[in-house]
Amino acid sequence: MAKGFSVRSQPGFVFIALLCFFLLYLPIATLVFYAFNAGVSVAVWEGFSLRWFQSAMHNTQVQEATLRSVFIAVTSAFLSTIAATMAALATTRTANYPGLTFKYAFINQPLMVPEIVTAVALLIVFSRIKIWTGYSGIGYLLAAHTAFCIPFAYLPIRARLENMDLTLERAAADLYATPWNAFKRVTLPLMWPGIIAGFMLAFVTSLDDVVITEFVKSGGQETLPTYMLGQLRRVVTPEINAISTVFLAISILFVTIFFFLNRKKV
Amino acid sequence: MTTVREIAEANVQREIRRRWLLTAPALIVIFLAAIGPLFVMLLYSFMVKGDYGDVKFGQFSLDGWFNVFFTRDIFDDTLTFADAHLSILWRSISLSLITTVTTLFFGFPTAYFIATRPQHQRDTWLFVVTIPFWTNILIRTFAMQEVLRNEGIVNSALMAMHLINSPIQIMFTNWAVLFGMVYVYLPLMVLPLYASMEKIDFRLVEAGYDLYATRIQVLRRIIIPLVNPGIIAGSILVFIPSLGAYVTPRVLGGGKSMMLGNLIELQFGQGRDWPLGAALSITLMVVVTLALLVYVRNASKGEGSHG
Amino acid sequence: MKVKLKLLMAGIAFFATAGIAHADGELNIFNWGNYTNPDVIKKFEEKYKVKVTITDYDSNDTALAKVRAGGHGFDMVVPSGNFMPIWISDGLLLETRPDQMENFKNVDPAWVNVPYDPGRHYSVPWQWGTVGVVVNTSKYKGDINTWDIIFKTPDELKGKVNLVPEMNDVMDAAIKYNGGKHCSLDKEVLKKARNTLVNAKPNWVSMEYSTIDKMVKGDFLATSDWNGSAMRQRLQNPDIKYGYPKEGFTTWMDNLSVLKDAKNIDNAKLFQNFVMDPENAAGLSAFARCGNGILGSDKFMPADMKDAPELIIPKAMEGHYEFATACPPEVTEIYTKIWTEVMK
Repeated sequence: MAKGFSVRSQPGFVFIALLCFFLLYLPIATLVFYAFNAGVSVAVWEGFSLRWFQSAMHNTQVQEATLRSVFIAVTSAFLSTIAATMAALATTRTANYPGLTFKYAFINQPLMVPEIVTAVALLIVFSRIKIWTGYSGIGYLLAAHTAFCIPFAYLPIRARLENMDLTLERAAADLYATPWNAFKRVTLPLMWPGIIAGFMLAFVTSLDDVVITEFVKSGGQETLPTYMLGQLRRVVTPEINAISTVFLAISILFVTIFFFLNRKKV
Repeated sequence: MTTVREIAEANVQREIRRRWLLTAPALIVIFLAAIGPLFVMLLYSFMVKGDYGDVKFGQFSLDGWFNVFFTRDIFDDTLTFADAHLSILWRSISLSLITTVTTLFFGFPTAYFIATRPQHQRDTWLFVVTIPFWTNILIRTFAMQEVLRNEGIVNSALMAMHLINSPIQIMFTNWAVLFGMVYVYLPLMVLPLYASMEKIDFRLVEAGYDLYATRIQVLRRIIIPLVNPGIIAGSILVFIPSLGAYVTPRVLGGGKSMMLGNLIELQFGQGRDWPLGAALSITLMVVVTLALLVYVRNASKGEGSHG
Repeated sequence: MKVKLKLLMAGIAFFATAGIAHADGELNIFNWGNYTNPDVIKKFEEKYKVKVTITDYDSNDTALAKVRAGGHGFDMVVPSGNFMPIWISDGLLLETRPDQMENFKNVDPAWVNVPYDPGRHYSVPWQWGTVGVVVNTSKYKGDINTWDIIFKTPDELKGKVNLVPEMNDVMDAAIKYNGGKHCSLDKEVLKKARNTLVNAKPNWVSMEYSTIDKMVKGDFLATSDWNGSAMRQRLQNPDIKYGYPKEGFTTWMDNLSVLKDAKNIDNAKLFQNFVMDPENAAGLSAFARCGNGILGSDKFMPADMKDAPELIIPKAMEGHYEFATACPPEVTEIYTKIWTEVMK
């Protein structure tokens, strides 16, 4: 074989991948750009200014909404990933058994119904419960988000699991490992990239949800997307860009730290 | 004395119980906060619509379902087949199909790229791909407008390079909607693909090259089949939700061209016909569920435990 | 993973306790997005030691659906005039008798006996305005005071016209354009209205709500819109002018009301009274860019609003407008059918 021949590279793949990254960040760059707009528009540049960051600092409503969004997203992603992992373990790598198809359809059901329908249905049911129990806290939003995040976490995990080699787990059993130990030390690490992928997908999905949150929320439970939706029919100012930029900056910081933490492991 | 048969049966029972226990949390949560409430929708689809939205509870009617398939002309009361609904359905299906194929086209190399980075870098690259999606969808769509509008980035760049003389109208066309949809659904394709690709045993790939295969052959015959579960998962995650999408088509498409999601949402808003909205969505759900079940049945036939 | 877990725990703890610790006085307002001046709210919070939350909705229909379903936790809501009859007849609003409150004397008599709340037993004026046409006059020099811009688009504007898809406003415009009256049931007029809309649709580039940026940037050259939005556009681009269609246009008003199952009724009443004060009303106007219906607020209004053409209906247009009221259910049903057909 010729030296320098990489088994892994495919023609054009790196180019398309990098193009993809560029295109992904292009609108984001626009977003950040207009956060520094001196004018009131999200589209007409009128010079550099930090006024929207200042106004965002004073806007407690937006800040609360953002924090709430993040909280709900992290919690729902966490819970739904756990549920999805367990479900994936039970429904993959087995021959068809009675009930498998049912479970698969059930788990993926939230994907199939347009959000507005789930939203209205939840509005009706949850409102009844709110009246009966008098509890109208954040639990309903968490339940709703966890529910629709499950299929988003489930599918990547399942994809990961489907081609995994069972011999490793059998080997562990041969070496007298208990099922739990075999799971913890063999299956779980092998599944890990799938779980991470599932978690991130669930996180992003929950963060973005507009419709279901709009209908399920009670007084004082605004999230960032619903806040923006409310603005849509009136005016959208660069204040929302400023908040998003701050948010992005924090996320990038988080990822950079994560990266350096991981480097040490190598 | 317990026979081998009894032991085997006890094992099977234990296995069945174990599987139910494992899937229980997922099933319970989804039942409580997703499927259960849908029974309400089913009920609503059989009721009389309220004057200002909602339904007249307790009053039953088949109008909701009737209006899914037939329309009555407003002025002369003639009955026709609801071909407006059909064209909307067709529009949505084609958009979703094209979106799925496009995300696959862009997502496959991207996922592959991430999966072939050094081990410790992969999670970071995953973050890099998903960070744009940590800003919420509405503001991303607004940002997309900035890229696509007549004085936006794309047009300005093309004009600066003298490739065109006057701006191309991209905003409010189907192209804008496609760009927006691909942008929104890309991570749903990339992440499952990545999960599947990350475990590719490149010794198999190397074996292919040793047998004088070209790169394209290796791609087609070794890599793609290995990643098939990821491709299927990603396609499901993109195709199905995109059928009911309505924010992106509305904002980038201008609202003139109605998609299935917009049609259903209209019934719960200014259309004030909740029964019709309920009936339409149940129809959609049934069709998609059937298609999905057919897939699972076929996929499971070929599956067994890998040894 | 460990780091994530710790952050998660901290977050849950924070929110759990934040939920339990209640403020002494509370008020939960349910209003249109970006419609409540935060300075006015702050003033109210400080004066009465009340913590105010604002939750947004983006349409009258959503607000109605949410409140009807119950268990919402809101104390106040701000429905539009043409929806008020539904709110009142469904028993969703509390009869708080604003007409007996201290600041009631400030309310402009023209806005006291409104058809949906005569004598103001339930609601207080929040903001009012008109719906008309907005045109970028640098590209079109003709008469802008007509619905022709939307329904029979002049060539200079073709393909760059937007229509805000607010059903009631559009149906009303189409009916008036064809000589009908508000809430008309005349089949002939309705048929013509339907045809007008269907025939005009190919000339529209889109049907959406967020018009300001697009008008300013030139994506649209004309649109139907409400006056507050038009003023904002003009302030960014002086070529943009607001037209009052001579065929007939509507005025609207949003009204601050208290919900029957509100938990903080006293604070809600205080807020209703607070909003009828001229200085506070001016504060609301300065933010939302519309008129407020409270006498004496003029002296507190910002300079660029004092003579704004969007806020003052020209004498020539007297008699050309009607207040948007709710139509009876049979009428609404036909309008909805026509609207759905146009939307498809």
